[in-house]
Formats: sequence, structure tokens, C-alpha cells
Amino acid sequence: MARIAPILTPEKLADMKAKARENRRLIVEAINYAKAGHLGGPLSVTDILVALYFDVARVDPKRPYWEDRDRIILSKGHSAIGLYCVLALKGYLPVEETLTFDAIDSRLQGHPDMTKLPGLDASTGSLGQGLSVGLGYALGAKLKGKDFHTWAILGDGEIQEGQIWEAAFVADRYRLDNLTAILDFNQIQQFGWIATKGGETRKMHASGTNPGDKFASFGWHTLECDGHDIEDLVRALRAAKAHKGQPTAIIAHTVKGKGVSYMEHDYNWHAKVMSDADYQAAVKELIS
Amino acid sequence: MTKLEAQREVWGQTLVDLGKQYPELLVLDGDLANSTRAELFENAFPERFLQMGIAEQNMMGVAAGLAGVGFVPWLSSFAVFLTSRTLDQLRMVVAQPKLNVKLGAGYAGIMTSKTGKTHQEVGDVAVMRAMPNMVIIAPADGPELRSAMAAMMRDASPTYLRLTRDATPVIFDEKHRFEIGKVYVVREGTDVTIMSYGPQTTRALKAADILAKEGISSHVVHVPTIKPLDEDAIAAAAEKTGRVLTTEDHNKYGGLGGAVAEVLAQRRPTRMRIHGWQDVFGESGDNDALLEKYGLSSTHIAREARSLLAQ
Repeated sequence: MARIAPILTPEKLADMKAKARENRRLIVEAINYAKAGHLGGPLSVTDILVALYFDVARVDPKRPYWEDRDRIILSKGHSAIGLYCVLALKGYLPVEETLTFDAIDSRLQGHPDMTKLPGLDASTGSLGQGLSVGLGYALGAKLKGKDFHTWAILGDGEIQEGQIWEAAFVADRYRLDNLTAILDFNQIQQFGWIATKGGETRKMHASGTNPGDKFASFGWHTLECDGHDIEDLVRALRAAKAHKGQPTAIIAHTVKGKGVSYMEHDYNWHAKVMSDADYQAAVKELIS
Repeated sequence: MTKLEAQREVWGQTLVDLGKQYPELLVLDGDLANSTRAELFENAFPERFLQMGIAEQNMMGVAAGLAGVGFVPWLSSFAVFLTSRTLDQLRMVVAQPKLNVKLGAGYAGIMTSKTGKTHQEVGDVAVMRAMPNMVIIAPADGPELRSAMAAMMRDASPTYLRLTRDATPVIFDEKHRFEIGKVYVVREGTDVTIMSYGPQTTRALKAADILAKEGISSHVVHVPTIKPLDEDAIAAAAEKTGRVLTTEDHNKYGGLGGAVAEVLAQRRPTRMRIHGWQDVFGESGDNDALLEKYGLSSTHIAREARSLLAQ
């Protein structure tokens, strides 16, 4: 395999990896404290969020409404706690506030509510809608002559929604190269369906195959990367931002539940309350 | 001779007029601009006219993003597509964050150019009434529509503007000033209060003429803002005659009738009749034939008023 030159300094890379690990610990802590919420998706999307917020995206936690900021939309809104923890680590909110997740009067609603927490560029939760809002931001940037970039993070189950492909169609029509879709391609959705594969009938939790081909057929530039390799993610995100003439879809290959071994690849951990033993085991892995 | 004017022509032309005044105004079309007359805006401001194709759910999300960078998007489509088709999108990305997005719902009510039940939205007012943060406006005629669109541009609320396709009688002059949340007494009377919105008010006025010949005096109140409703004015208009008939080109459930009943039941119990579509889907046909068959004509309104007075 050809050796690819590093693009991050060893110090920066180590710091971002530490941020990702800390983010996973905060997620597990908050979900355990709330005794409710999603785990698999937030753990899966963590490195994508860290790569964006700690390197590629132009954001300033002191100016959450800065009009030239990059727009970041977590279209897979059920991974909200993953985003809240990254926003906390970035300085948008106190880290202790992550324990208010899901509680009454909290700014950290079960799904992102842009009217409550500064730093959220869209309200999401009903799936399939964030790419359209991102398309609106990207069109608006072109009309206003602004150079900010818009990032929409999609779940792979989510792209079963038809509206995603409405947006894909229209983004191609306007050649919105200031719009990037990042697919958290962990290949496990909440429940899935019964299917016959190779003569065997079984439960399929996979969300569909070859999403890159689908976006490419809609006229998008597509990239693939390891969604848990910070350098690979940064490289793909930077390439997406630099690409001209087309919107880009990054297929980030991820593992649902990443970082907690017993949750990885298991659809049951999409959203499940941990026992005390589960919690202790998860924390032990994440601080080691 | 009654002057006629089509709201869709006024809609298209007023978008152009407002577009000159407000550079932040954009028009998003769902591939119907030649039907809705939003094409007039494309001709005037091609770069601010965004063709979203036949993909209304995406169009609603795009509007939210555009509002997020300071534009005021006006969506142009048919009522049925801006309500039933895109309801979840409207709910989550526009109404919940209370974004400044304007919905121009053409082809509302039963008169939809012979398209039939698939293109007739019988419950749009009911649906929008139950949607927090939404303002609902249904102007009676061209002059009121012009004034209403200007008022919408001065206001930052997400707003549903209900428009009728074909030419209907003009009842207001250009001096009429529409204000969001106000009702307008268009005829003073003492025996029965008739409340309506949209061009149904022109039919209510005709019904008042019919009733006058029989010695019945109608107090006709035009309610172009269905939400927020001017509850004081509704109660006062009920007080005036002690009998309230609501009439609307909409299902009899959940529309103005329901809104008025909610107010009066709690503030001033009043003998009422609620008149509208009889909880059915429509069909295609000529406007007059539809109004007649579905019971929405002036003679039907007059009949309802007589029944109410006989109670």
C-alpha cells in the first residue's frame, strides 16, 4: 500500500484522538445518567464530528451566530448526544451540562433543537431532512457571495428517506460545491428487515449497499474514507471542501457502537439502557 | 357591474413589486409557476427565483436553510402540496424553529380548475390551525391580497397564505389596509352575524343581499386572519346579533367554524351554525357547479342563515 504523507502534526493528531476518546466517555456517561438515549449512532459518528469541529470546519464557539461560519447539520438527529459532547469539548457549553441531556428544561433536547442551544444550525430528528436544509444554506451562500461551507451528516438508514434523493437531485442541478454530505456508513440501522440472502432467511440490519454509487449517479463527487481514522477523515473532508463544480458525498466507513467492544456491530445498542456493570465496563475501555 | 380579479395574478405581480423593495425576498417554485403566476417573478428577478422541481419536501427544507442566512423565502405551490405533502417538513424545520418562511398556497378550496379531489385540499386551515407558530391568512380579493403580502413582509412569522385560483369579485378598494390579526366588518346588520374568509366573503355578501330582500339584516364579518384570531372582535360580533353563522370553502371541521365556536363557547355562548364542505372529498367540475353541488353558493349561505334564525 502506498504510504500517504501525514497532514496533521503528531501533536494535533494525538490531541484529536484524545478528544474523540473523551467524547465517547462523555456520551456513555450522559446516557447512563439519563437512563435513556442512543449509544450506537453517537459512538459511530464521533470521529466525524471531531474531525469537523477540531480541524476542517470554520467555526468559533464564541460566535455561534457568526454569519460566515460553516454550517454543520446533524441530519441523523438521534445522535444528538454525540454532537452535544463535541460542542461542549469545543467550548460552546460547559462540559457538565452534557448531564442535563434529555431532562426537562435542558437545552440538550433528545433531538437537536436550534431554538434552544446556540451552535445548532438546524432542528433535526425526523429523518431525511437535514440535507435539504443544508442545500438551502449552500444556495444562500452562493446568492450572498459567502464562502462558508455546509456539512450535512447523514445516517445510512436515513438515506432510505426519499427526501434525501430530492435534495441530491436539486444539489446537482445547482452544482453546489459548497455542500458536503457525510454518510455515517456503519451498515446497521435500528431494526432492519427480514430478507433472504444466499438461500438463508434471516434478519438484515444492514441499511443498503453502495451508497457512493447512488450519490455518484445523481451527479455528486464521491469519496470514501475510514470514519474512525482522524487523518483519513480530515483528508477526505478537506478534499470535499476543495472540490469544485459538484457537491461531494463522503462515505465514511464506521462501526456502530465504536469504542465499546460489546456494543460494536450490535443493533441492540442503537438505544438501550446500560446496566451498572455495562456502564463500568464501557468506561473502563474508554479511559484505558 | 362587479369587478373581477384573480388572486393568482395579484400574487405573481405583488411578488415582483415586493421583490423591488426587498432584496432578501426569494421565490421557490415547485414547477408550477405558470399555473400560480409566480413566473412573473422569474421574469423580473431570474437569479432570485429558485426552481426546486417537483420535490416539495426538499423545497421546505431549502427554505429553512435560506431563512437561516437572512433571506425571506416565499414558496409557491398548490395548497395541497404545501400542507398534506410537506407537513412533517413544515413542522420540524420551519414551524418549530419559527423561521420566516412564507407559503403561497395557490389553488386552495374547491375551485381548482377542474383538477378534482386530488388537487383540492379540504383541510388546510384545520391542519395549519393545529400547527403552533403558524399565521394563517386568507384574503378576500386582489386589493386585500396586495395589502396582506406587504404586511407579511413586515412580519417575521412563518405564514400560510391561502389563495384562490380564479377571478372572484373585488369587494375592497385600494385604500383597504390589511393588518395581521384584524377582522373587518364589511356590512352592518342586526339579525344575524355571518363570518367568513377568502373569496367566500364575497358570497356571504351576496347572501346578505338575498336575505335583505326578505327583511333579514346581516352583519357580515370578514376574518382574513384565521390565526391568530381576534377573539375580542369575534365575541363583539356575536354580541351584536346573538346568532353566528360561519361559512367557508373548507371542511366544516376544524376551520373558521371551529375556531369561532372555541372562542364563543368559552367567552360568550351563542347560537351558531357552521357551514362548509360536508366532510367529503370533492371532484372536478366548473366552479359554479362545484359551489352548487357542495353547497357553498350564496343561496346556500342564505338558507343556512334562515335555518339559524328559525332555531
